[in-house]
Order: sequence, then structure tokens, then C-alpha cells
Amino acid sequence: MKINIQKYFYGDFGVEDSAGINDLKSTTTKETAWPLWEIFIRSKQGLDHKHAGSLHAADAAMAIENARDVYTRRQEGVSLWVVESKHIHASNPDDAAAMYEPANDKVYRHPTFYDIPDEVGHM
Amino acid sequence: MEQLINYILQLADSNLILTQRNAAWCGHGPILEQDIAITNITLDLIGQSRNFYQYAAKLINESTDTKVTEDSLAYLRTEREFKNLLLTEQENGDWAQTIVRQFFYSVYQYFLYEKMQHSRDEQLAGIAAKSLKEVTYHVTWSGEWVIRLGDGTAESKERIEKAIIELWPYTGEMFLPEAYEISMVSAGIAPDITLLKNEWYKKVTDIFEEATISLPKDGFMQTGGKNGVHTEKLGYILSDLQYLQRTYPNATW
Repeated sequence: MKINIQKYFYGDFGVEDSAGINDLKSTTTKETAWPLWEIFIRSKQGLDHKHAGSLHAADAAMAIENARDVYTRRQEGVSLWVVESKHIHASNPDDAAAMYEPANDKVYRHPTFYDIPDEVGHM
Repeated sequence: MEQLINYILQLADSNLILTQRNAAWCGHGPILEQDIAITNITLDLIGQSRNFYQYAAKLINESTDTKVTEDSLAYLRTEREFKNLLLTEQENGDWAQTIVRQFFYSVYQYFLYEKMQHSRDEQLAGIAAKSLKEVTYHVTWSGEWVIRLGDGTAESKERIEKAIIELWPYTGEMFLPEAYEISMVSAGIAPDITLLKNEWYKKVTDIFEEATISLPKDGFMQTGGKNGVHTEKLGYILSDLQYLQRTYPNATW
């Protein structure tokens, strides 16, 4: 019998059936378990939402409330986004060499060859 | 002055006793996120009760020769001196019962503080205005749970309906003023709680409708908490709450 150890990444959860998520549900999580949600927080107006972590919730409304309680109780944010983790698609770590390393020797893509006048300040 | 002090203590005591009850969930919540949520709410409640106790202690010390603090008010008064609503001392039961108790109390607090922020007493007005934001969230949170459980599975519906029947007789007391409350109303310090009843009923009815639960018939209502006459449960709560200060007086950490 061939034993297939499969790792799951966010990307695996895009299409439930083909990704085997139903097998996963029946074997590794209880039926009553709530889905996982990813939480993004905007720390103040004008800044981007940043990933803060994840939590369990039954639906989007509860995810926002839970995120409020778990992640913003020390004034961390002014706005929240939640998205169910299975909807986030990730790049495959195995492809990292092809995906990211070609950029390593292309320093000319960084805008570091310009002199910025002092008056501009931090940029 | 004594009536104002009693009025403030009654506000403080209800929050403190519910805090002690809710705190028992800490580490035992049905899921990590909800454990944090109920604990957060509990921290809000004790923060509010500290504000009330500090104010009461100041008034007591100014008007008498005694020297009390927020701690001595919480840890060294006896059962008959506590003026909390009977609702707040009822048992945690299951999650449904805790939710219903919180929902009934939060909705009451919401309408009470909404009016109290215009009190002639600046200190009370300030505490109410600050607390109102916290309570607004408590109403949302507990209300959503009422809807989830009521409109959930057969078992969750059965449990929440049982909890409502269990706790309903303790809701009437919220709108029946004691002598000290009546005198505070005429002084322009306290909101008239008899007028909160309709708003409270409307909010509870709205949420119950969404939760597909029907309101119990108005029946016999328990009273006495606000005058120090409690159910047998309060003694057990206080023996836990006050154990350390009673056994090791003035212990600090």
C-alpha cells in the first residue's frame, strides 16, 4: 500500500474537491470544528491592512468579532478584514527558486541610483 | 448622601458579582476565541465596577469618619450589604445560560448608561459615557449568540429556551426601583428605570424574533437583591471572592 503523506498549503484549499479537503475534514478535524480565518488589521488610517494572524469562527460576522477580541484589545487597529483561510492561494515553496531567485542579481531594478535632494526627506 | 452611596454601590455590586461569575469561564470557554471574548467583557465589567467603587469610597470617606477603599467595599462587606441584581448572581449553567444572563444584563446596562450619561452628577455621567461604548459591544456580542443558539440546532435551541425560562423571573427586578433609586431620580441623578422597561423589552423581543424564540409570559418576578436580600447563591460567590482578604487580612501581591 502506498502511503501518501500530503502537506496542505493555503493554495490547496482553493477547490475543495480536487484538493482533498473533504478527506481532511473527515480525518483530521472534528465535524463541529469551525473554519479558520485570516485576520488583517489596519493600524491607522492611511496605512495598509496587514496580516495579523488567524483564528476560528463560524462565519464572517463572528470572525470579525473574534478578531476584535483577540487582536485589537490593545489598540492595534482601526479597521479589520477577515477572509476564510481556504480562499487564500499561496505560492508553492518548492517553486521558490524559479519564482524569486532570478531577481537576486538584478539590483538595477531598485531605485537606488538616484540622488534624492535633502529637501525631499525620507522616501 | 446615604442614598446616593447606596445607588452607586448597587451599580458597582451588580457588575462585580457578574464579573466573578463570568470569570469562572476563563480557561474553560467553548473555544479559545470565545474564552477571550467573555473574559474581555468581564474585564470591562470589573473596570466599570472599580470606577463606581472608587467614587462610592470617596463619598463614604467624606461623609463619615470611616476609611474605606474600593477593595474594602468589594472584599469586606457581607452578603446583606451587597445590592447586586439577583440576575447577576445566578449560576453560569451551560454556555446558553451564561449568554442569556449577559444579554439580559447588557441590554439593561445599555439603556441605563445611555440615560445616565446625562446625569446631574458629573462623575456618574462620566462613568456612564465611558462605559456605554463597552456595553454597546457586549449587547452585540451576546445578542449574536442568542440568535446563533436560538436559530441553531435543535439542541442549542432547547438549551437557550431552558436558560430563558430559568432566568426570566430575575428580569423584573431591573425595572422596580428601591427607595434610594426613587430619591436619586427626583434629584436628577439617576435615570428612571421604570421607563427603561419598554426599550429593554423591545430590544429583547427583536433579538428573540431573529433567534426564532418566543418571549416568556410575564409571570412572578423575584426581587430583593437591590435591598440585600439575595438567593442562596450569593453566599457561595462571596466566600470565593472574599476568601483571601478574610483569611489573610490586608494581604497584597
